[in-house]
Amino acid sequence: MMEILPNVTINHYLMLSVALFTIGAFGILFRRNAIIMFMCVELMLNAVNLTLVAFSKLWGGTDAQVFVFFIMVVAAAEVAVGLAILMMLYRNMHTTSTDVLDKLKW
Amino acid sequence: MEKLVSLIPLFPLVGFLYITFFGKGLSKNLIGGIGSGAIFLSFIVSIAVFTTQLHGGNPTTVKVLDWITAGTFDIDIAFIVDPLSTIYLLFITGVGFLIHVYSIGYMHDDEGFNRFIAYLNFFVFFMLILVLGDSYVTMFVGWEGVGLCSFMLIGFWYKDMKNNDAAKKAFIINRIGDLGLIIGMCIIFFQTGSLKYDELYISGSEASSLQGWHLHAAAIFLFIGAMGKSAQIPLHTWLPDAMAGPTPVSALIHAATMVTAGIYMVARSSDLFSASDIASDVVTYVGILTAILGATIALTQNDIKKVLAYSTVSQLGLMFVALGLGAYSIAVFHVITHAFFKALLFLGSGSVIHGMGGEQDIRRMGGLKKYMPTTHITFLIGTIAIAGIPPLAGFFSKDQIIAVAFENNILIFVLASLVSALTAFYMFRLYYLTFHGKFRGTHDQEHHLHESPKVMTIPLVVLAGLSIVGGFIGFPHAVGHSVHFPHWLDHFLEKTVVMPFMEADVATESILMIVATVIALVSTYFAYNMYKKNEELALEDDEIESSTHLTLVNKYYIDELYDKIIRKPVDQLSAFIGKFIEPNVVDGLVKQVSAIPQGIGAATKLVQNGKMVMYILAMIIGLIVLLITLI
Repeated sequence: MMEILPNVTINHYLMLSVALFTIGAFGILFRRNAIIMFMCVELMLNAVNLTLVAFSKLWGGTDAQVFVFFIMVVAAAEVAVGLAILMMLYRNMHTTSTDVLDKLKW
Repeated sequence: MEKLVSLIPLFPLVGFLYITFFGKGLSKNLIGGIGSGAIFLSFIVSIAVFTTQLHGGNPTTVKVLDWITAGTFDIDIAFIVDPLSTIYLLFITGVGFLIHVYSIGYMHDDEGFNRFIAYLNFFVFFMLILVLGDSYVTMFVGWEGVGLCSFMLIGFWYKDMKNNDAAKKAFIINRIGDLGLIIGMCIIFFQTGSLKYDELYISGSEASSLQGWHLHAAAIFLFIGAMGKSAQIPLHTWLPDAMAGPTPVSALIHAATMVTAGIYMVARSSDLFSASDIASDVVTYVGILTAILGATIALTQNDIKKVLAYSTVSQLGLMFVALGLGAYSIAVFHVITHAFFKALLFLGSGSVIHGMGGEQDIRRMGGLKKYMPTTHITFLIGTIAIAGIPPLAGFFSKDQIIAVAFENNILIFVLASLVSALTAFYMFRLYYLTFHGKFRGTHDQEHHLHESPKVMTIPLVVLAGLSIVGGFIGFPHAVGHSVHFPHWLDHFLEKTVVMPFMEADVATESILMIVATVIALVSTYFAYNMYKKNEELALEDDEIESSTHLTLVNKYYIDELYDKIIRKPVDQLSAFIGKFIEPNVVDGLVKQVSAIPQGIGAATKLVQNGKMVMYILAMIIGLIVLLITLI
């Protein structure tokens, strides 16, 4: 396992990151369930995180890792707020489908 | 001494403010005392100021404070003290004081007593500003102020819609005249750069830069202002309707003072008018037409106050005849004597109305002389004075107007004599129908009849005294030379107004005086014959058959004419605009404008459809486009 590591170049990290990001983006575009869309957002955020960490390792800096921590904190906060909103939506509308939730008003 | 002049308008203003803000709860007698007292103080100061002028004081201007200063244009609140203004001061405050005292009795049972006295004080304040102002602008403040007070006092009993209509009519018709006055002032200002009397007239140079049509136009537009305020054809219709106000108001505002503001203004501008022959002719002919119209209508009216109102219109017309013929001092003379006897007649009629319990129709009166002896005697004196029978006040002033007409224009002379004859006739008709014969009212009214209280009759007696002696300030040459008292008023006023060219010999003047007296006496005799002996001549409205008579009773249908040619078209135009222009043009335009953002909104609202997917897609596409362009 450990011997594979030196063969893993920056390109591999980037390709994985692109794949994760694309999956996330398409998930948001094509799924209607708000919870799944949320998960897709997390996927995209983590794709970015991965890129940042990969470049950080490549250049030996630590700035990017600080960014990653910020992104994780923000993502956690976002999930907390977002899920609470979704809970209330479900209680009142009995659905989390974004096709139904298009009134733009209460 | 002249400095005191600023106190004169101050007293009535303080009286007005005090009664308005602190008058609640004070007794009516106290309020009346404050109101009359304020005017009396003004009267005392006026006498003092007048005395300085009488003893040869030069015309002076007393500056109170700066008002408008803009570049070279500056207007002060300043008061002019000269013979013309001081003589106006005297009779405004003097007659005003008597009418205030009278009002205490007349309005005693009215719930609006405080308001009434306050308004009267306010009116006197503005009238004094009008007379004292040293420029057209300051005069205009007073001019508008008296118009406002007139409006408030005509509509004093505002619970009756008729009174409000009369008040509005007076106000609106006066606005027409005021527009003329403003235009006249503008012409003078743009041509000469000044609106102050002393710069325009006394130093003599400024007014001479008014030439040609500017001069005529300025004079004629000023005269239009005077037509509105002094009720001349065609703006006379408001004055008879103004009788809707309480009688002291009719006496003070609509007979003695405010309506003579037009004469004051023209006399003040005598340099201007004497330079413009066209304007003077206009003044003369409008005046004589108004005099005839007023006198003929007065022949047939049966409302005691309406007769006096048309008589006022007619007398004002005569004053304008004098002004138009260049006899400015004689017009002022007639203003003064007229103030005495017309205030007396109005107050007398008020006393009659008071005694009759509000009845104003002379067909319901008759035989009042035994119930109201003081009113009767004083009213008779007023009647003789206005009829022009010597030696009472009206004779001297009217005779001089007729004499001036005789020298200048024989047509005007004939017409003025006719007016004078008609005046004697309708006044004695009024007198006989009111005070002689049998009582024709209801039994209740007869039981209620009583002489008015002292507070009302004393002003009557004083005014009667003034009506007797008031004419002596302007003795004609014919009589004057023999008693060394000739034309005192003319000499007094010659510093201020242009003097008429009049050098009639004593013989002509004497003959004219005799002719005038004979005319007045013959007219009186006719009235005596018709109304003293035969009381049935006072016809009810529906018994009238003669078309001439009907025309006169209906005041030449002038109100109806205005209704047809002005009010109706305006109403129809408004209705047309309301129905078509407003919904189609005005609203249409607004709707067109509002359609633009509506259309844009309709197109762009498709973007905001609430579908989250669309937003995200747009975001991603946008991001991709951004990235591609950046790379």
